[in-house]
Amino acid sequence: MDQILGNISLLFEFPVVNMKIIVDGLMIGALFALAAYGLALVWGVMNVKNLAQGDFVMAGGYIAWWLEKQGLPALLGVPAAFIVLWGFGWVVYKLVISRVIERDLFTSLLATFGLAIMMAQILNLLFGSDTQSVQLEYDTLYFIDGFVDIPIAKLIGVLMAAVLATGVIIFMKVSRMGQAIRATSQDSRAARVLGIDTEKVYAFTFSLNSAICGAAGAIIVMVWVIQPFYGITYSIRAFVIVTAAGLGNLPGVIAAGLGIGVAEQYGAHIFGIGYQQAIAVLLLLLVLLVRLLQQRQMRQSLQ
Amino acid sequence: MSAKKVIFYIAILAISLTAPFLLPDFRTQLATLWLMIIVALTWDMTGGQMGYNSLGNIFFYGTGMYVAAVIAIALVYDVSDYTDAAAAGGEIFKFTDTQYFTGMLLGIIGAGLFCAVTAVIIGYLTFGLRGPYFAIGTLGVAIAGGELVSNWEWVGGGQGITLPVYPGDFNVGKLYFYYLFAGTGIVLFIFLKWLYSTRFGEAINAIRDDEEKAEAMGLHTLRYKLTTWGMAAFFVGMVGGISAFQLIHFEPLETAYQTINLGIFMVVCVLLGGKGTLWGPVIGAILFHVIKEVTWNYFLGWQWVALGALIVVIVVFFQDGVMGWLMHRKPEWFGIRVEEKEPAVAGVNQ
Repeated sequence: MDQILGNISLLFEFPVVNMKIIVDGLMIGALFALAAYGLALVWGVMNVKNLAQGDFVMAGGYIAWWLEKQGLPALLGVPAAFIVLWGFGWVVYKLVISRVIERDLFTSLLATFGLAIMMAQILNLLFGSDTQSVQLEYDTLYFIDGFVDIPIAKLIGVLMAAVLATGVIIFMKVSRMGQAIRATSQDSRAARVLGIDTEKVYAFTFSLNSAICGAAGAIIVMVWVIQPFYGITYSIRAFVIVTAAGLGNLPGVIAAGLGIGVAEQYGAHIFGIGYQQAIAVLLLLLVLLVRLLQQRQMRQSLQ
Repeated sequence: MSAKKVIFYIAILAISLTAPFLLPDFRTQLATLWLMIIVALTWDMTGGQMGYNSLGNIFFYGTGMYVAAVIAIALVYDVSDYTDAAAAGGEIFKFTDTQYFTGMLLGIIGAGLFCAVTAVIIGYLTFGLRGPYFAIGTLGVAIAGGELVSNWEWVGGGQGITLPVYPGDFNVGKLYFYYLFAGTGIVLFIFLKWLYSTRFGEAINAIRDDEEKAEAMGLHTLRYKLTTWGMAAFFVGMVGGISAFQLIHFEPLETAYQTINLGIFMVVCVLLGGKGTLWGPVIGAILFHVIKEVTWNYFLGWQWVALGALIVVIVVFFQDGVMGWLMHRKPEWFGIRVEEKEPAVAGVNQ
């Protein structure tokens, strides 16, 4: 308890510590937002809640890590993970998701949970249960007398996340496929009547989501650490963000992602690093509770 | 009850009571089987009968373990001294026979009561969530519980707690725990059989079928939901307490709050057997446990992958379960009269 109070008072005595926490939080939050964006896409278009989201992220991370170990440049891992996970997502869609899409929501949730267990265990068997990361050979920038340090590697990671997100948004707005996806998410029956092959749209959306997650994972391995069993926490973070922001609210997803990142960094600072996973989950409960109270005022339930 | 049914139930009871003598090598396995049956039955109370699919019932199992252990220790020693000494590997705390059995009795009952109260509190906060939000919310509760307990040094942190060993003969101990589990399971089964035949059972089925309508008909749905979950948690907490003494040593993430093992097994057992039926969870638990134990050793490290695949396959292809399949094929066994040209699934509830 004393330690917690000490950590809090440190924040007030040295305001510059806040700066460091916020900068770290925003950088990691950008990556959370990316994975959450994929979830919002799948959720909105095909009403499937994917609990294996975080394991796609971890899989992407391990692909980048493995390629780097083979001597390839680390930055190449991002497009590689994007492509491999695209294919993987397509296979998963054809084998599992396409069969649960019309069923009730718990079915898709449970099926993806089974998938999540499988993927985490396969990653564990292939790569071991140690935490892994890729060290990039870049300098670190120092601001405010060296209190705030920003490794250039992290900046590159955030920049790539931003580029990827912008690319996806432009794609959704401009391209024919993007239009079809948006049409399907508004009304899949009408879209089918108007000649859109919704099956193809679903497959494409799920693959795109999986690829986005893969790329996010490949960036995370460069700026943070990955471990086979961290996947579920990323899934939960993605749920927190989407639940907090609401579906189809892109600025909301970005804002919530950055907010979660900062909140987690503050939590880790105040309570200690051991509570990191717990904080991510407690944030979920907090967000659900707030949304619940909002709905209760309107005499509705969260469904 | 017809004579046939009476004979059937007596036969089942006789098999349950003599099983550890017929298969003396598998006593621990049989006890675990009862554990699976109990958690599957309690999961079905909310998941199958009430339509609230929880992924976090394992929270009560873990909490029950810890509460039972803490009560048993606190009756004799100071808990933080006990856990500190265990972490340091220092002096061993001794329990006399009387202390052991009173601790166990009070611990198990206390665990059940504590979990029931916790369930009502958590339920009050989470039962406004519907469908997938409820599932994710309760999963969050279970994961958060494990993470918080593993950081709580007073109950041993990530090391967990080591309880005293059963004071008598090793084999008698196994038998003792088997009967504890079996007794709880039989009581639970009889209780549920009675419960589902009362107005209360009808009410929770109404909540599953259409909650808004049930509320409009004048049912105080929240009260029913809290009571059901509280009862489920009571039994899960109790078996958690029994497991704590049976396992002797347990730690938070892998044993107590084992989200991906028992936490998901109970759901799979119910789906495999048939949701929303009394016998479904029992059949599902037996099938699942036997399949798991028989095939486990042939996968050489890939068990968990196979298990994940099994979950996906059951959920995707076999969701109605054994009972659902039987209802399709033999509706007359369940007293369902099938009109011509009517779909034969009148009794199957998702």
